[in-house]
Amino acid sequence: MSSHTAIKSKENMTLAEEIESLYGIDVWRCYQCGKCSAGCPVRVFMKVAPNKVVRLVQLGMDEEALKSETIWICAGCLTCSTRCPQNFDIAKFMDVLKEIAIKRGIITRKDAMNFHRAFLKQVEANGKAFEFGLIRDYKLSTFNLFQDMDLAPEMFFKGKIKLFPHKIRNREAIKKIFNRTNKE
Amino acid sequence: MDIGYYPGCSLTGTAKEYDQSIRRIFSELGVNLIEVEDWSCCGATSAHATNHLLSLALPLRNINLAKRQGLKELFIPCAACYNRFVVAQYEVNRDASVRKEIENILEETIEADIRIINMIEMFEYIGKDAITARKRKDLKGFKVAAYYGCLLLRPPAVVKFDDPEQPSSMEEIIRLTGAEPIEWSFKTECCGASHSITNTNIVVTLSKRIIDDAREMGAEAIIVACPMCHSNLDMRQRNIAKVDAQHRNMPVLYLSELVGISMGLDREALGLNLHFIDTEPVLSRFSTAIVTKE
Amino acid sequence: MMRIGVFVCHCGENIGKTVDCPTVAKEVIKLPNVVYAIDYKYMCSDPGQNLIKQAIAEHKLNAVVVASCSPHMHEKTFRKAVSAAGLNPYMCEIANIREQCSWVHDNVEEATKKAIDLIRMTVERVKFNFPLSEIKVPITKKALVIGGGIAGIQAALDIAGAGYKVILVEKEPSIGGHMSQLSETFPTLDCSQCILTPRMVEVYQHPNIKLYTYSEVESVDGFIGNFKVTIRKKARYVKEDLCTGCGLCTQKCPIKRAPSEFDEGLSNRPAIYVPFPQAVPNIPVIDRTVCTYFKTGKCQMCKKVCGRDAIDFEQKDTLITEDVGAIIVATGYKLYKIDKKGPDSAVKGYGEYGYGKYKDVIDGLQFERLASASGPTAGEILRPSDRKQPKKVVFIQCVGSRDPSKGFEYCSKICCMYTAKHAMLYKHKVHDGEAYVFYMDIRAGGKGYEEFVRRAIEEDHVKYIRGRVSKVYEKKGKLIVKGEDTLAGVPVEIEADMVVLATAIVAQPEAAKLAQTLGIPYDKYGFYAEVHPKLRPVESSSGGIFLAGACQAPRDIPESVAMASAAASKALILFGNENLEREPIVAKVNESTCVGCFYCKKVCAYNAIEIKELKDKKGNLIKVVASVNTGLCQGCGTCNATCPSKSIELIGFNDEQIFYQIKAL
Repeated sequence: MSSHTAIKSKENMTLAEEIESLYGIDVWRCYQCGKCSAGCPVRVFMKVAPNKVVRLVQLGMDEEALKSETIWICAGCLTCSTRCPQNFDIAKFMDVLKEIAIKRGIITRKDAMNFHRAFLKQVEANGKAFEFGLIRDYKLSTFNLFQDMDLAPEMFFKGKIKLFPHKIRNREAIKKIFNRTNKE
Repeated sequence: MDIGYYPGCSLTGTAKEYDQSIRRIFSELGVNLIEVEDWSCCGATSAHATNHLLSLALPLRNINLAKRQGLKELFIPCAACYNRFVVAQYEVNRDASVRKEIENILEETIEADIRIINMIEMFEYIGKDAITARKRKDLKGFKVAAYYGCLLLRPPAVVKFDDPEQPSSMEEIIRLTGAEPIEWSFKTECCGASHSITNTNIVVTLSKRIIDDAREMGAEAIIVACPMCHSNLDMRQRNIAKVDAQHRNMPVLYLSELVGISMGLDREALGLNLHFIDTEPVLSRFSTAIVTKE
Repeated sequence: MMRIGVFVCHCGENIGKTVDCPTVAKEVIKLPNVVYAIDYKYMCSDPGQNLIKQAIAEHKLNAVVVASCSPHMHEKTFRKAVSAAGLNPYMCEIANIREQCSWVHDNVEEATKKAIDLIRMTVERVKFNFPLSEIKVPITKKALVIGGGIAGIQAALDIAGAGYKVILVEKEPSIGGHMSQLSETFPTLDCSQCILTPRMVEVYQHPNIKLYTYSEVESVDGFIGNFKVTIRKKARYVKEDLCTGCGLCTQKCPIKRAPSEFDEGLSNRPAIYVPFPQAVPNIPVIDRTVCTYFKTGKCQMCKKVCGRDAIDFEQKDTLITEDVGAIIVATGYKLYKIDKKGPDSAVKGYGEYGYGKYKDVIDGLQFERLASASGPTAGEILRPSDRKQPKKVVFIQCVGSRDPSKGFEYCSKICCMYTAKHAMLYKHKVHDGEAYVFYMDIRAGGKGYEEFVRRAIEEDHVKYIRGRVSKVYEKKGKLIVKGEDTLAGVPVEIEADMVVLATAIVAQPEAAKLAQTLGIPYDKYGFYAEVHPKLRPVESSSGGIFLAGACQAPRDIPESVAMASAAASKALILFGNENLEREPIVAKVNESTCVGCFYCKKVCAYNAIEIKELKDKKGNLIKVVASVNTGLCQGCGTCNATCPSKSIELIGFNDEQIFYQIKAL
């Protein structure tokens, strides 16, 4: 932790300082070489390249960074972090930005967030993922009821999608974990 | 031989055949898979993408369960679960304050020292001799592309498995079956991961690239060790076919299925009939005898 | 009877602002044995020094304390002034009231008190000083230059030109170093060998230079002005005095396919070979690892065709000892290789660029060989895989440099320039070719360098793309390069025919070993350490051993040549004196109390303790004691602190002096 972050209170911290104090990531390590963006498999789907998001945080343009779609498009493939010459964990940085964005209520890609919410809702309730419930909730949130409908019958027929979730015994323990880590 | 087994949510659902083929071949190989009692979800992508502490607490709960059962190793066939478990252990071992936080959340002490084994490592673990001893069908001439995906190999400092850029461990197992792994450069390129439902076009673009390259380099099938990769490369070929009229199907096999075929096991028993892309066209030439369990 | 004079310097405001110097002078004159005290604005100035000299004469002072800045700054100045006044310079001591007082305190009253204390301590100490004179060490006026690249050649020619003998040792069969492998040099695009080979010939023919090629320095003993060096002259299996360099043996040798080191593996050479046509000396060497005779006892074709019977399979390595006074280390550099490294290696290879398995992904020296008229493709730029002309070449900078994760943190300095050069050469030779350079920054700080890079961009239309390349892979004979231009914020993917990597400059693999042989320090990368990076860049901390060229850090040719001449001048300074004069503050052994435990020898970092046998008149051994080599001793005092019987002391800095200095506080 750098000396200047120790003095400021949480309200006065910039995003860069918050990231360093909470997650130990020093955004100034990045020297903007662009290798992460060069190897990112989903970079072509992003308006703002991954290295540029880091640059925004370096420049104190916190809102723009948290509002970017980039952080939601990140596939978590870890190619960037593996190849970064400065050992900057940019994949983790993307996760960190999402977590902070959620805390501040800035959710640019609602579809991605709805998916994660739907997924975790099932895990909290059953202890395990439940595809049918996930897809149902996700579709209801996006109103795109007909997506992948052509695949559904085959999935059911092959026994790959169940209509009812398998619930683990100790759901209490899972509930506790969710409660104690609740961020929203 | 006994070993802890954590199938993960996909293997009990959409990746049924992966679990099925694993149980079938390991029973042949004399390995007793001891499933973690009352195991729960590892959190997959959604946890680490939204909630750092949750993403560590969920796998560590399962590690503690496994330890209480007396398990020292945990075989985790799903690459995503495998990665989450390894990362969780690494994080708490590296930072005492993180460990304390998770211990508070779980209300349990954490000794994150269990050995996590992925699908490829599992074959290395039981020994290559054991596999060749059970070979009934030599898959000579079967050209396949070994596809590692992302989470088995990265981040290299944490996972410490094989080489993150030019891996070779899966090819070694493939060679044991007699099949011929091709040379290609998309072994570790991402398939699109969890964008399958929210951004299907991303998966279509990335997976199509992988499949096209494998085909261009001479592969008849792609071998995977991850249910997400399998779904994106197998099921999503239906979507690929919609955007590319010239698309030709490429069967995608789990490594466990490939080994099972070389062991002469029945294709239905291995779950090969559950794939979206029919595997018969490339496998029918290796006729199978129905092997009854002794 | 001590008559001590104290001179308090204001050092302008540096001391004067925080220490009340007039008061200090008034107080210290009250100290016993102080007969004169004065304060002055700038003691180190001419008038200031004159004050001291006058005071010594007028007041018959026999010891002087100057209260001023650190002795590092002006101890020499004041000792010289004192000496000019006829007083022994070692009767002058410095009390540091600047770095140790005025610069670290604010409170004037307390700082003044402290200054008085410091002076009082020094006054007490100086009472135990006694006159000392410099130690004179004789000098062998001969130099050893290790390394026959451009730096070593320059240093050798400079020293030889001044009239002194030089021994030049080179480990390869020929001198010339990496510069002989280059095609053209930036920024003038001079033909490298054209400007180098005249120097190489000059070295060979110079009456003052003795050249040992295919040789290495095995051991070094001694000290500045008096080194004894053992050189291993490796067996060439060719008698140098008989060989005429006709080359017939190399033509007839049946082993044709050993990879050529000079061509960086892009071509082959025979088992008996001369590394390149302009080699100096033009005498072949047999590589016994591939020679049929050495492996199986058969062949001997070279011996059969040699008209002078110069082949000698029985030749052995010879060890040669030489006495020299100065050593110049000019052992140069190597290029980082991207192949996969072992698990314990601090650096990793570049798997994302193929770990070296793609034939058409080459490094800078390999490109030089392609571009060179004497290279494997006679100067045409052709792909190593199929010898076809590449129409699209991608150059990638910073491979291994500025990369803490896989390589080195440092910048290799020359790559931006030679990459621009490579791209220009390529465009000059392949008019319809396209050249791309992926860079992070452009470092072109030398004379004419920036203009050179602009020329590449504006005249030769080399396309510069700002961003690191993430992956290079091979597909159907092409190399796919995946990069990003961070300036425009767009991904860039290029289907190239050839990729040239500007790999990091690294220290020679044997650099650490040589450093240990010589007793010079080196950094964690294996580069040799200079005494002071700004003011003493060509001297190592071992007296008499100087550094030149890239063995000290990545550098280009003009700098290497300048450094070589600088190192040569250091050697010439040494040779310009009859004797070497060293500060007399060295250790001394009390032979009557020394028991010969040699703990001092164990802790001496300068190998300055020797074993001395004390014998009686008949020659019988009485005892073995430690003895100090006053030529090597640096006066650090570690031996003094270690000796259990207090039998070794620093002259002019002994326990008594220090004890009374402390006691005065």
